[in-house]
Amino acid sequence: MSGDGVDTSKRRFLTAAVSVVGGVGAVYTMVPFLASWMPSERAKAAGAPVEADISKLELGQMIRVQWRGKPVWVARRTQSMLADLRELNPQLRDPESDEPQQPPYAQNLGRSIEPEILVLIGLCTHLGCSPGFVPEAEPQPFDQNWKGGFFCPCHGSRFDMAGRVYKGVPAPLNLEVPPHKYISDTLILIGEDKGVV
Amino acid sequence: MGMLSSTRDWIDARFPMTKMFEEHLSKYYAPKNFNFWYFFGSLALLVLVIQIVSGIFLTMNYKPDAAHAFASVEYIMRDVEWGWLIRYIHSTGASAFFLVVYLHMFRAMLYGSYKGPRELIWIFGMLIYLMLMAEAFFGYLLPWGQMSYWGAQVIISLFGAIPVVGDELALWIRGDFVISDATLNRFFALHVIAVPLVLVALVVMHILALHEVGSNNPDGVDIKKNKDENGIPKDAIPFHPYYTVKDIVGVVVFLMFFSIVVFFIPEGGGYFLEKPNFEPADPLKTPNHIAPVWYFTPFYAMLRAVTIDIGPLTAKFLGVVVMGAAVVILFFLPWLDRSPVKSIRYRGPIYKIMLALFVVAFVVLGWLGTQATTDAKTLMAQIGTAVYFAFFLLMPFYTRIDRTLTVPDRVTG
Repeated sequence: MSGDGVDTSKRRFLTAAVSVVGGVGAVYTMVPFLASWMPSERAKAAGAPVEADISKLELGQMIRVQWRGKPVWVARRTQSMLADLRELNPQLRDPESDEPQQPPYAQNLGRSIEPEILVLIGLCTHLGCSPGFVPEAEPQPFDQNWKGGFFCPCHGSRFDMAGRVYKGVPAPLNLEVPPHKYISDTLILIGEDKGVV
Repeated sequence: MGMLSSTRDWIDARFPMTKMFEEHLSKYYAPKNFNFWYFFGSLALLVLVIQIVSGIFLTMNYKPDAAHAFASVEYIMRDVEWGWLIRYIHSTGASAFFLVVYLHMFRAMLYGSYKGPRELIWIFGMLIYLMLMAEAFFGYLLPWGQMSYWGAQVIISLFGAIPVVGDELALWIRGDFVISDATLNRFFALHVIAVPLVLVALVVMHILALHEVGSNNPDGVDIKKNKDENGIPKDAIPFHPYYTVKDIVGVVVFLMFFSIVVFFIPEGGGYFLEKPNFEPADPLKTPNHIAPVWYFTPFYAMLRAVTIDIGPLTAKFLGVVVMGAAVVILFFLPWLDRSPVKSIRYRGPIYKIMLALFVVAFVVLGWLGTQATTDAKTLMAQIGTAVYFAFFLLMPFYTRIDRTLTVPDRVTG
């Protein structure tokens, strides 16, 4: 095709305009496909609170319940476990729970509403494994001065009996305390805290 | 004119069949001095075919549904005629793929095959490696065992370490607040169609780029500098029949080892199929010891080696950065290497020592990645990580000062 008598600047403008319109269209076409990967309405709706019955929970023991597909731990701590908490402060990354990893009512030494009862989301803040419960205050392969707490088998992160993270481990934050409230002395509602001050 | 040749001419007038056969096989001239290390390219292609064929047959009985996935794999193993064999071929194939690809990459490092003008071959190859890692990762979730679930949980959480957008990105990948049916279903789609398509396209590009510039050889000699009167390099032989036949020998030996694994040690001592994966996924409980499959363990060990925060950057984020950088840095190999020679045969002692240290570090990191962490092992992993990166980051310096031998004009046989 010869270029004789052709206004090339018009032709170039048309080519560019068509390319831009086509390109914008192609980009917008991606939106529904990418958005289809977000949680569906059904997934978003499935987040109802769950109850945990602690009437049979012994001292030093822990139970697991499932809330929004995640493990939630409920543990009853002994007096000596509670006494060790303050002593551990210098070894911890965030001993005062300054990071918003708990509702305001759990921003205290034991990170709990009732001092004895610990409620945590049982997923490591590093890469989401569920740490193991190692309550015995005795030397462990991963810590000679272990005071009891949680040890993540995946990457060796350690947490104390209030879910506070140690220094020098890969996990950056304390374990998360889910919103929760007491329905009665022995029944905890996990996932909802309305009506609690 | 016979029936056969007239058919061929009929096709050739409509489709470049003979032209393509000649260009890529019967008239593709490859250096005559290929050695043992040159088996692994064709073997990688073989394993790709094995994986595609066995994978297609697995999808005929597998159910990508969190409620049925684990049971459907058991069903394949116990009730489907020859199902156990097809699955073991596929699971062994995954490990074989990485083994072959690692050896193929090591060959490139031995003989400088990534150096100019073959930079793009190396880049395409690295993209294949990246896609292979994605393919293996998506595939590992499908049996919906304990290791599937928690391995995916860890890897997806890696994206959560990215500042600002991380959490949203992890949510987008999972399609739910935790790994669930939605995650399994999309991983299935990615594993069986999206990634394989990209993988096959990249393999075609890898080979086209190779055939454009020609193969390197153990001497790193440019064979195109010495051509005969027909324009054919004097040190070259046509790929077909010479190397097709040679590669068949490689295939036979490879399939012997492959069959031994498939029939006698399909679990590979817990390295090919991990023990916790014989339990269905339990979102409440992580197995006491989790480790990725062996081919990811060097990078996993590097991830765990980072335990210190630097300023506002957490150890978690830095670990992810180190692991990502360990893969990304491989892409830059052609430009990090400033040596005037390609092959290790003509390189000096520094490169040889560095390459040996690199291999040792990679293997040790691979072993460490399978182990539970202790202080001593974390320290070892930190040293290994330092050696791994030193090999690359110091390369522009040590390859320049290293003593080299004179490269001959012709290949040495």
